[in-house]
Amino acid sequence: MENLLDGWGLTVATFSPLMGAAVMFLTPKDREDRHRLIALATSLWVAFVSVLVLIRFEIGASDRLQFVVDKNWIEAIHSRYVVGVDGISLPLLLLTVLVVPLCIIYSWNHFPEPRNPKAFLILILVLETGMIGTFVAQDLVLFFVFFEVVLLPMFFMIAVWGGPNRRYASLKFFLFTLFGSALMLVSFLALFFLTGAESFVFTELADNVVANAVSHTAQLWIFGGMFLGFGIKVPMFPFHTWLPDAHTEAPTVGSVILAAVLLKLGTYGFVRIAIPILPDAAVQWAPWIGLLAVVGIIYGALACLAQTDMKRLIAFSSVAHMGFVMLGIATLTDFGINAAIMGMVAHGLITGMLFFLAGSVKERYHTLEINRLGGLLVQAPRLGWIFGFCAMASLGLPGLAGFWGEFPAILSAYSPANGVPVETFRTFMVIAALGTVLAAGYLLWLLQRAAFGNPTEEFAGDPNIVDTTRPEWIAWAPMLALILAIGIYPNLVFGVTDRAVDASLTPCLTVDVDGLDHGEVDALACSSVYNLGDSDHEPNDHENDHAATEG
Amino acid sequence: MEIGFLVLAFERPAIDWHAIAPEIVLLSVGGLITLLDIVFLERIRPYTAALSGLGLLATAIPLLTLAIDGVDRVMFGGAYVIDDFALVMKALFLLAGYVVVLLSTNYVAEGDYWENEYYGLLLASLMGMVMMASSRDLISVFVALELLSIPAYLMVAWRKRDPRSNEAGLKYYLMGVFASAVMLYGMSLLFGVSGTTILAEIGDAIGNDSGSVAAVTLGIVFVIAGFGFKVSAAPFHTWAPDVYEGAPTPVTAFLSVASKAAGFVALLALLFVGFYSRADVWEPLVWVLAAGSMTIGNLVALRQTNIVRLMAYSGVAQTGFMIAPLAVAGHSVATGDQALSATVTYLMIYAAMNLGAFAVIITLARRTGSAEISSYSGAFHYAPGLTLAMTVFLFSLAGIPPLGGWFAKFEVFRVLATAGEPWGYALAVVAAVNSVVALYYYAAIARRMWADEAPDGDLSPVPVTPSLVSALALCGIVTLVFGVAPQAVARFTDVSLLALGG
Repeated sequence: MENLLDGWGLTVATFSPLMGAAVMFLTPKDREDRHRLIALATSLWVAFVSVLVLIRFEIGASDRLQFVVDKNWIEAIHSRYVVGVDGISLPLLLLTVLVVPLCIIYSWNHFPEPRNPKAFLILILVLETGMIGTFVAQDLVLFFVFFEVVLLPMFFMIAVWGGPNRRYASLKFFLFTLFGSALMLVSFLALFFLTGAESFVFTELADNVVANAVSHTAQLWIFGGMFLGFGIKVPMFPFHTWLPDAHTEAPTVGSVILAAVLLKLGTYGFVRIAIPILPDAAVQWAPWIGLLAVVGIIYGALACLAQTDMKRLIAFSSVAHMGFVMLGIATLTDFGINAAIMGMVAHGLITGMLFFLAGSVKERYHTLEINRLGGLLVQAPRLGWIFGFCAMASLGLPGLAGFWGEFPAILSAYSPANGVPVETFRTFMVIAALGTVLAAGYLLWLLQRAAFGNPTEEFAGDPNIVDTTRPEWIAWAPMLALILAIGIYPNLVFGVTDRAVDASLTPCLTVDVDGLDHGEVDALACSSVYNLGDSDHEPNDHENDHAATEG
Repeated sequence: MEIGFLVLAFERPAIDWHAIAPEIVLLSVGGLITLLDIVFLERIRPYTAALSGLGLLATAIPLLTLAIDGVDRVMFGGAYVIDDFALVMKALFLLAGYVVVLLSTNYVAEGDYWENEYYGLLLASLMGMVMMASSRDLISVFVALELLSIPAYLMVAWRKRDPRSNEAGLKYYLMGVFASAVMLYGMSLLFGVSGTTILAEIGDAIGNDSGSVAAVTLGIVFVIAGFGFKVSAAPFHTWAPDVYEGAPTPVTAFLSVASKAAGFVALLALLFVGFYSRADVWEPLVWVLAAGSMTIGNLVALRQTNIVRLMAYSGVAQTGFMIAPLAVAGHSVATGDQALSATVTYLMIYAAMNLGAFAVIITLARRTGSAEISSYSGAFHYAPGLTLAMTVFLFSLAGIPPLGGWFAKFEVFRVLATAGEPWGYALAVVAAVNSVVALYYYAAIARRMWADEAPDGDLSPVPVTPSLVSALALCGIVTLVFGVAPQAVARFTDVSLLALGG
């Protein structure tokens, strides 16, 4: 049994949804109940397998890839089927397998127009395969394939089941992300060629970058290509414009999956691929990534204040929240990246919940225009309270999950990694902290307008407006519980990620120069970008860097 | 004495009958169909499609025995060669031809066109292609080219009561002959410089000869330009949209896949066996052709409202992708081999997905009678299976994993990156941007089929036929398998021409 899990666990988790989709494909379209059951059973089975993986997972050795399977795949191009999980991928894997069944339960009785549960659920399952595959893949080509597999189902979900402007939004989503990933692919291939690696496996590429001394310029370009691919997916300012459109038009479940998991594929790419493989280039890019991150935080928050549509507002809040995640990543420190992964999980749960709520509000009021809403707490008190709870979590209230994503990310910017300009990041820190104030502003204002007060005349006494229904409770309860549990005991996530993050960073980034003498620093053989050699002049160097960045 | 002299004068060259068995079988079937037509006239009509399909499959048998035998066979002093490359390409032509027969079966029979002659010509054209795959000599290349082209001119004009088809036929004929003339002139220059028609010997001659740079350059440029017409690479693509639109749709499918592949086979043989030593001359030319084809094809495709014209321009863009790896093929012998494999891989996968897309177009046209993209609205509501198939083919053409097209594009990118030259990377970036542009029009069709309402709310089903379903299933399965397990195609396309010629 345990050997079976070691050898097959991840593969089964990845491809079971596809099998389920195949079975549904062969089931006649009018057997809706059967389709729902197959889809739910498949996703629960995947969740079950993943929980078994979690139980077998050695938390104490989370820096090591576990459940590794390494098989030939495409020999002609030296690409291998390598899957495995470590502390970085495990939380995101679990987030995925949690969200998908909840989405299926949520849509149980109300599929968006034009219904067709068969096609809708098949798409969700295919999406699940893509998402899980991306998080477990340890080979660049395999990763790329899964990364792209996700696009098709989401495109159709928006294009067929979306809102009035779905045609525009779906294609925009598709084109933006494909543009990034096409250039990213060129980067991957350049990396493979320049390192002279024997395969596309992440660790081997990382070793070869060091061993073969890939030129610094080339590293910068390659990182740039990856930055486009992952940054568009995150999405970072200024590539974020597809997100509000996609979110606004997508059906509820599509928005939830998009927010909870799809956006994480981008940030995960930075943490898993770009930074561990090209740490030197990451140091040089870090100030720019940090800059775009804080611009995103402020821009997203300001845009939120200007929105009149609830879903669009939540979408822009995603831009801001992902800005915090990216700021944490840009510090290149153990602390910052841990915070970023926590931020991903927290954002996945909280924003996912907010989109669920927006969907439920839309179903009752048939509008999401904030001005026409009001008095949710009077008409549907439980729904209103859940909404309040999630808004609080989203604005980073201590004790709830959102806090642990935001606060440590800001804190980590105080002392970024070696070679990353300190003053610049301290400035970023201040700006990001201002962003949290704005976040509190727009979320509380939203809550006030939508949930407080009395129902508007338009909806007073509307019999459609009922309180939380049973499918909603079932779908939401696990997420609400997790938001609370992680908020109270953040080690649920940090405990898993910490070692893995530490192991993914080169010692040059994390070493504390003050405690070492020159010989020990030299022994690390770090390139000059880390400014290690002469710790006496460190402040000056940082000032120079700072000036250069500003200029 | 007299007799002895004659024996000396004509000595029959050694013929390896096993090596040319596929050609002989194909020729026999083609001849048989013509004979049956003469003898039985119209009574044989219902059987010719099946007969030609079976003939193509029968031709595959000697191909298989040759492949199992696995020995490279060289005939006629190096003019006709059976190696892995030739075998793989012959198999591609036969399979593509078989699918075209499946596509034609009902189209030709129901359209009240001449049927026996149609299949006779189709087989003749395929014969030219099969020969082309083995030709390693200027004369045999040219003969094969004409053998495959002339029947195609006739088939394009097959809908003879439609002026568009006549226009297409005439246009294709004039353009094709013009291209042949240009190419022939180039060949004559090369023959003049090297004094031989065997490609490998030309390669040696022009590689060592530094004196006649101008003549060699002109010769190479003219020959490449001539094949540029055949494979519809920009700026030699202008015939394609009109011809594709006017020709009967199965013939369009044939032109866009088999005829294009045949042009590529000749181009590859010429570049790798004949001109490899002068890569400095043709690499920049190929670079421009590749970048131009991708960009022009895609940008013009964005504005199309007719699906067949769109496929024509998308075909131009796909040609750009197929040529692209050749732009760095001269970097080293290893890169050259990889570039060859990449192009052959692309041709194989492209054949499956493009024929599949045409199969859907032909099937849907049976219901709507239209090739306007607007008539595809809401197809999901009355033909979910066809919509799914079209989606698979379109996104495969766009290169989205896990459908076959991704691996084809991946190989192109890989070769461009492997060369490690700035020009290679530049072309890779052009290709990357182009694959996004291409996605726009492919995805727009898919979106229209899935998300729009059917015009007039008409939900009557599409009349399908067994042969169309078989063609769809064949192409669909191949497209999926090549995407999920690219090793399946990669092991066939791991071929080399340089070991032989260079």
